[in-house]
Amino acid sequence: MATDRWGAGKAGRSPPRVALVGQPNSGKSTLFNAIVGYRAVASNFPGTTVEALRGRANVGGRRVEVVDLPGTYSLLGGDLAERVTREFLLSGDVDAVIQVADASLLGRSLELTLELAELGIPMVVCLNMADEAEHKGIKIDRERLEGILGVPVVLTVATRGVGLRELSAALSQACPARPPSYPPEIEAALKNLEKLGISSRALALQLLLGAPLEGMAAELKEEVERIRRGLSVQGEDLALLLADHRNLLASRIFREAVKVERGRVGWRERLDDLLMHPLLAYPFLLLTLFLLFWLTFWIGGSLEGLLSPALAGLSEAVRAALGEGGWAQFLAGALDGLLAGIGIALPYLLPFYLLLALLEDSGYLPRIGFLLDGLMHRIGLHGKSVIPLLLGYGCSVPAVLATRILEDERDRYVTAALSVLIPCAARTVVIFGLVGRFLGPVAAFALYLGNILVVGLAGRVLRRFLPGLGAGLILEIPPYRVPTLRTLLGKTWLRLRDFLKIAGPLLIISSAFLELFRALGWEVWLNRLTLFLTWPLGLPPQAGVPLIFGVLRKELSLVLLTQAFGTTDLGSVLTTGQLLVFTVFVIFYIPCMATLGALWREMGLRRTVFVLLGTTGLALFLGLVSRLFATLAL
Amino acid sequence: MSFDFPAPLSTLPPGGVGRVVAIHGGRGPSLRLRRLGVRPGALVRVATVGRWGGPVLVEVDGCQVALGRGLAQHILVEPCGPSPGNGH
Ligand SMILES: Nc1nc2c(ncn2[C@@H]2O[C@H](COP(=O)(O)OP(=O)(O)OP(=O)(O)O)[C@@H](O)[C@H]2O)c(=O)[nH]1
Ligand SMILES: [Mg+2]
Repeated sequence: MATDRWGAGKAGRSPPRVALVGQPNSGKSTLFNAIVGYRAVASNFPGTTVEALRGRANVGGRRVEVVDLPGTYSLLGGDLAERVTREFLLSGDVDAVIQVADASLLGRSLELTLELAELGIPMVVCLNMADEAEHKGIKIDRERLEGILGVPVVLTVATRGVGLRELSAALSQACPARPPSYPPEIEAALKNLEKLGISSRALALQLLLGAPLEGMAAELKEEVERIRRGLSVQGEDLALLLADHRNLLASRIFREAVKVERGRVGWRERLDDLLMHPLLAYPFLLLTLFLLFWLTFWIGGSLEGLLSPALAGLSEAVRAALGEGGWAQFLAGALDGLLAGIGIALPYLLPFYLLLALLEDSGYLPRIGFLLDGLMHRIGLHGKSVIPLLLGYGCSVPAVLATRILEDERDRYVTAALSVLIPCAARTVVIFGLVGRFLGPVAAFALYLGNILVVGLAGRVLRRFLPGLGAGLILEIPPYRVPTLRTLLGKTWLRLRDFLKIAGPLLIISSAFLELFRALGWEVWLNRLTLFLTWPLGLPPQAGVPLIFGVLRKELSLVLLTQAFGTTDLGSVLTTGQLLVFTVFVIFYIPCMATLGALWREMGLRRTVFVLLGTTGLALFLGLVSRLFATLAL
Repeated sequence: MSFDFPAPLSTLPPGGVGRVVAIHGGRGPSLRLRRLGVRPGALVRVATVGRWGGPVLVEVDGCQVALGRGLAQHILVEPCGPSPGNGH
């Protein structure tokens, strides 16, 4: 009979909840995507996932809720992202755990297996990256491992969907793993805690290690405190002792179940001779970033040229069909906004997202972190901060969230504040659509370089107010990987879909509002209200409303600018100086709504307001500088 | 081999191998390092050393970890392997 060893979830939860847990970069999100469809961003660097993501799927003929969690090295300590996972697991709201372990780094993963065993939750060990383990000459005796751990073990290659069927089958056989036994003194303490009604070993261990005892009855608290203080080792020493103990057990298991033969040395090992070369690495880094934007500009420009006549034709046809009249104009305006947005933004977003996915999946990002660590020290940060900053070129929201991978509170704030200054994909659309198109690609690239300079200077200034250099860099550098077409397209589509889903309606609504304001005669008033910005910057008053809407999403500023002037050939209505000033202002002023929301959630209101005021002041200042530069040099 | 008494990890040249004997600088760094396999007794190999006081890239347990220079100075190792540039 195919009965399960674990039921329909505690407290009658239906469907039962299965959590994917494992060390960072072991392929949890890739596996999640393979099970529930492409929903989670997966990239080749540790710390991609920083919050829990749920999805539902039929696994082995049963409906389950699958949860993708941030990667974690251990249930002890760690950064904010790791804490999300720990709290999720200790909450007891999980019916089964799939430990996704990197089979090519099995030794370390087994330590986590032992830690997860303390949870007493039914589990399955999924040895992912079986392909890479084979390359490295690592031969795993699966059945032996099953025997030792007492749980099903399966081998998978998540990127190619290999082993998924076995995983489904194994899930119905999931059972709690054998917890490790610790030195007698600690086992006795655990027993005593159990007598007090703390039955989960994992929770008991956390208590022994000094987890806060909030919400506990006073008597119980006292008892726990007594047991805790009775131990001969305490606090972080105890944590070290437990970690070393598990390490010892794990290496014993490793020796019994794994044979390591000579692996193959391939191009991946040799690539670092070039890309991490003490001298050549830096020109190569610049070249890579240059190529990312140059290809985006070049492909985007070509696509735009192909797309815009078709869209213009469509818009014409619709206008003709709708005829004249108030409502018709309103509708046509809304449609124009959508078409303009698609015509302007999509051509650049598509190649940019593809190239960004390529970069993220290659494994180069953490290496950039390594290369820039020394430089980052000058602004009081570490190389790890480079990852959120680089993600900022894609979108500021994940960049702000990615600061969770930093251990230090101050580092998180400074990195988040700087990451919103990095031109995201939406701002790249504005840069290429205005400066690239009308002033030429050289000017556009100068803006990117200038932006990096400003971020660096802003970092120096922030360091003045928030001094400090947190604990040093510890960053795992994964091997290079060749992304599969499936993962590349999956990720690109995920991001484009987000754009269409969120920007699409916004484009329609804002354009419709612009028409409405016009019809009511409000546009002039709104533009007058923003004169305090447009006048000093030397911009025409019509740029005011687009700048207001740009706060919703930065592309809107460009799209509405074309609407406000009634032409996509903005070079004919604005001077080159005005185009430059407008773009510079859009790059730096108030981060968009979504980013403000993320900042608020992660850093609190006060700091968000500070970022808001700081960026606007900076934008105004840099706008004025660009205006001065334009009058003198252009 | 010119010396084999414990020296900071940061002094190993690229290619050098050492066995970790102690980690100084408090328990915080010890715990953080341990999660990635850098613990007393572990064998580490220096792959590259970053410029401008940059980090040290080490291989430990078959995986590469970048360690800030400051941290690397707190990790004492016993040099025990081929270290080109050291000696002949
Ligand atoms: N060769 C190979 N690569 C894989 C496999 N599974 C995942 N990858 C790649 O490994 C990288 C990491 O995958 P993710 O799914 O993002 O890993 P994760 O565990 O979610 O990582 P975090 O969210 O950072 O904890 C990606 O580049 C994947 O394409 C596999 O079985 N074989
Ligand atoms: Mg993930």
